[in-house]
Amino acid sequence: MASAALLAITPHRIGAYVTFWLLLLLLAGCGGGESNVVTGNRDGVLHYGNGAEPQGLDPHVVTGVPENHIIRALFEGLAVKNPITLEPEPGVAERWEFSDEGRVITFHLNPDAKWSNGDQVTAGDYVWSWNRALHPMTGNEYSYMLFPVVNAEAYLKGQITDFSEVGVKALDDTTLEVTLNAPTPYFIQLMDHYSTFAVHPETLLQFGEMTDRYTPWTRVANIVSNGAFKLTEWSLNRRIIVEKSDLYWDRDNVSLNKVVFYPTENVVSEERMFRAEQLHYTQVAPLDKIPAYREMPDSPYVQAPYLGTYYYLINTQRPPVDDVRVRKALSMAVDRDKLVRTVLQETAVPAYSITPPDTLGYYPPKLFDYDPEQARALLAEAGYPNGEGWPGIEILYNTQEAHRKIAVAIQQMWKSELGIDVTISNQEWKVYLDAVSQIDFQVARRGWIGDYVDANNFLDMFITGGGNNNTHFADPVYDDLILYKAPKAATREERYALFTEAETMLMEQMPIIPLYTYTSKHLIHPSVEGMYANLMDSLNLKYVKLIPGRSLPEELR
Amino acid sequence: MLRFILMRVLQALPVIFVVITATFFLVRSAPGGPFDQEKVVIPEVKKALEAQYRLDLPLHEQYFAYLGDLAQGDLGPSFKYPGRSVNEILFSGLPVTAELGLYALMIALIIGVTAGVVASLRPNTAQDYVPMSLAMIGICMPSFLLGPLLVLVFGIWLDWLPITGWGDIPGDKILPALTLGSAYAAYIARLSRAGMLEILSQDYIRTARAKGLPEWRVVTQHALRGGLIPVIAFLGPAFAGLLAGSFVVETIFQIPGLGRFYVQAAFNRDYTMILGTTVFLSSLIVFFNLVSDIIAAWLNPRLRHQLSGGGS
Amino acid sequence: MNTATQVFDDAEKGSSLWHDAWLRLRKNKLAVFGGGVLLFMVVVALLTPWLAPYSYEAQNLDLGATPPSAAHWLGTDIFGRDLLTQIMYGGRISLAVGFIATAVALLIGVTWGAIAGYVGGRVDAVMMRLVDILYALPFMIFIVLLMVVFGRNILLLFLAIGAVEWLTMARIMRSQVQSLRQQEFVEAAVSVGLSPAAIIRKHVVPNALGPIIVYTTLTIPSVMLLEAFLSFLGLGIQPPATSWGLLISYGAETMEEYPWLLIFPGCALTLTLFSLNFLGDGLRDALDVRGSKD
Repeated sequence: MASAALLAITPHRIGAYVTFWLLLLLLAGCGGGESNVVTGNRDGVLHYGNGAEPQGLDPHVVTGVPENHIIRALFEGLAVKNPITLEPEPGVAERWEFSDEGRVITFHLNPDAKWSNGDQVTAGDYVWSWNRALHPMTGNEYSYMLFPVVNAEAYLKGQITDFSEVGVKALDDTTLEVTLNAPTPYFIQLMDHYSTFAVHPETLLQFGEMTDRYTPWTRVANIVSNGAFKLTEWSLNRRIIVEKSDLYWDRDNVSLNKVVFYPTENVVSEERMFRAEQLHYTQVAPLDKIPAYREMPDSPYVQAPYLGTYYYLINTQRPPVDDVRVRKALSMAVDRDKLVRTVLQETAVPAYSITPPDTLGYYPPKLFDYDPEQARALLAEAGYPNGEGWPGIEILYNTQEAHRKIAVAIQQMWKSELGIDVTISNQEWKVYLDAVSQIDFQVARRGWIGDYVDANNFLDMFITGGGNNNTHFADPVYDDLILYKAPKAATREERYALFTEAETMLMEQMPIIPLYTYTSKHLIHPSVEGMYANLMDSLNLKYVKLIPGRSLPEELR
Repeated sequence: MLRFILMRVLQALPVIFVVITATFFLVRSAPGGPFDQEKVVIPEVKKALEAQYRLDLPLHEQYFAYLGDLAQGDLGPSFKYPGRSVNEILFSGLPVTAELGLYALMIALIIGVTAGVVASLRPNTAQDYVPMSLAMIGICMPSFLLGPLLVLVFGIWLDWLPITGWGDIPGDKILPALTLGSAYAAYIARLSRAGMLEILSQDYIRTARAKGLPEWRVVTQHALRGGLIPVIAFLGPAFAGLLAGSFVVETIFQIPGLGRFYVQAAFNRDYTMILGTTVFLSSLIVFFNLVSDIIAAWLNPRLRHQLSGGGS
Repeated sequence: MNTATQVFDDAEKGSSLWHDAWLRLRKNKLAVFGGGVLLFMVVVALLTPWLAPYSYEAQNLDLGATPPSAAHWLGTDIFGRDLLTQIMYGGRISLAVGFIATAVALLIGVTWGAIAGYVGGRVDAVMMRLVDILYALPFMIFIVLLMVVFGRNILLLFLAIGAVEWLTMARIMRSQVQSLRQQEFVEAAVSVGLSPAAIIRKHVVPNALGPIIVYTTLTIPSVMLLEAFLSFLGLGIQPPATSWGLLISYGAETMEEYPWLLIFPGCALTLTLFSLNFLGDGLRDALDVRGSKD
């Protein structure tokens, strides 16, 4: 009978226990209390929606945007970008000079630049770190950032094994000399990219070899960094907390005491956290909520052009899109203005070429427009008048709500403007990547975010056999323009003219259908100052200040 | 009974072994690899990466190497999170997800069994329809809908409960547990109602009633143990399913649990992580199925015993 | 002669069992209502291509999402597509996936569980360990592989879902059969010398029908939602085709801005599931052999 008693009584016991516990928590929850934003404003703590859990915090190992935000709070490069102008300004290097017609750069390191354990940041640390960043064993996916340096590419590819042949030398503790293959106007910008950052050699060697990818050196107890902040908590998938470093050379200009990074994967949840004043800043804003946010007076919604292009790749060797007239017809049949106005809720800019407008003063040519008449004419010329005899075409995209919306809209535009049959197919991310890299598709969705502000970063994708070309587009004249003529251009105007020429060639062959230029979209609490909108969506936390006493617009409360 | 448990534990080992082997080769045959990215990786870099993770070896050697590590309890390094071992990630997420699952299951059992038993006592009356209709709502509301809805009502409009987090602010565990538990509550309600109806029509219950036992004693002492057998058979896989299914809830409520890793590992082709979570989850499923079978077996002979005892 | 009479008797008994059940079912108003609604849904789904007021893929981007109006009774979605049309076409997929995948699950699960539970011993152990193995395999990878290897095919999706859902069905069936097998009337049938197949068919399955029907009515919604989850992850059906589950998952994202996009598909799903549930309960009660002895 013991068993019967067990069955008879236990549910009641559990029930009573749980009821009690639920009530307790419910009551405790009702207490309310101050929001993160209110306490944060008082204590100088910024609550930052960071989009995802970072892969890690090792600058030479990780790739990705959430990693970038945290690493750039913990570490500092030789030069940093001014968040308003994006022009380089002193970081670890207090100044630098060019010689040999811009081929040699001498960085003078700030003697006050310190590691968080008190050691000085030396030129030797940089040589060691760049060796690590470029060593084939490290497997640094961003190693190409240093390829402008003499012999860097050969060292990575194992063609030379002696790092002293690579163009980086420590002349003394505070002088670093870098020799480039050719004058590279954007090289200083790259010093703000985490793959070129220095790490503390002694700390790394304490936990393993130079080239080890997975040692625990980045853990809270172990990490030594040189940025404005230092790591104090790292709870997986929960939060990362960094605290102001009192050894940072420019500490007097750092206003925040702490920053808490949240892995806010779910966009809807992130917006709600913002509304409940749990976050000062969100990584994105849900598209459907943007119109309502825009209408608010003193709207917390901030949108700015972003250095990235959304486009469709075309397999130029697979019928029917192996015919340039068909490619042009497809491109001209897309009403980009309408797409941006409706599906994208004005959160993008229509694009008619690959490079985003105003990339450091460069504007791409606009060679065509939405023109359904001409699109139909071109399609008829190619042998498909009013879509007759059309073999069908498939748009491939990786599974994501945003891509689905665009593909569905474009499918319909092509169907109604050209009378052709279009199917759309979504694939899981890795399956999609596999198809794109093997060019196993007819039309595939693609986005490219610039690594640095220069048209070269967009145009050199399409050189013959380029790893990110993915279209079979190949033109020796184009290669010559990008690889040899543009780097040798004497002036900026001359260089940009060559880019325009190359871009015109590209758009006449239309191996891609440009759709729109991205924007960055954030919700920023009114109490935050110093978060400037810029083309790189680049944030320097050193400039951020919190002003207590400001609250969200009425509409949100 | 001991023999039965021992046999089942011995049978569990080959089950887990087959699961590991099948998963290992299944995962490797999926297109795309852990280092494929939107921006193409330089071939030399990719080779170095593969070498660091032993992916350059022939597949069968990788398999045996993996088994060797596994035998020592090492699930290997994560591909997606360099610097973290799979063991570490599992043990950081497990307590959270287990706690979430436990609360959810408790909520599901309390609501479900109560509704089901109450409904079964007076079938086809209001006492049946009302609780069962309420339970049905739980099935119609998938967690990706119920979660945001609860957050909107209790977190934003009423401002009673925190909307994200786990153990940060008092009360932040209520909404996730409720979201995850509600679907199971509906299942349990339906199953316990059916099981109870089945048992309540049996002869020995009628005998018990004829003896003049009060109705509540008939229910709690005689009917419940037989009537809940289908629920118990369901509980084993349900608990394991709770753990795997907590992905949506963990994402909505920003909970640092295991569910997020489990689903994302598949999409990231994080081979070691997929295998690690599978090994772990399969052991758990086998364990819970075993437990629910033991309970069912334990209830059964007594049922028979009581049947003959009550009849005489 | 003797055997012929027996067969005749059996047939008559069988038909009267179903006939009685049908009479009992007709008296249950809720079950009749549920059956009526379901029938209506199925008819609408079958006739959708002729009934739908608009084309399901025709967009009006400039119109966008609008609340219900005279032109669009249930409003439009963000592409300006008529929601009523979307729900009608979505119902075709959802009902099909619900019924076909559940039928697959039912067929495999009941057979598997009945055999394992009845035969017992080593056969039972092997069969149930196989179920354990299938439970533990990573489902997501399994689906990805299916889609990649066999291409995207809606029938395949039904099969894949059915292939997963039968596991729990098998476990429930087995535990039912095990408990039934020890009951007097089954033991009596064994001692009379009836063949195991006949015992399972005549005594075990009818007596286990209650929980099976209930679990079936539970499987249908979970199958529909699983389809939505898979489609949401991009492993299910392809747009512009849609399903109720998908419509609800899109509607859930914009519940504050465009509530009708959530409410109407939600109502369609809820109504169907409730009807199914009432019908299932009615069937269970109607077929309850022992209940009818009173």
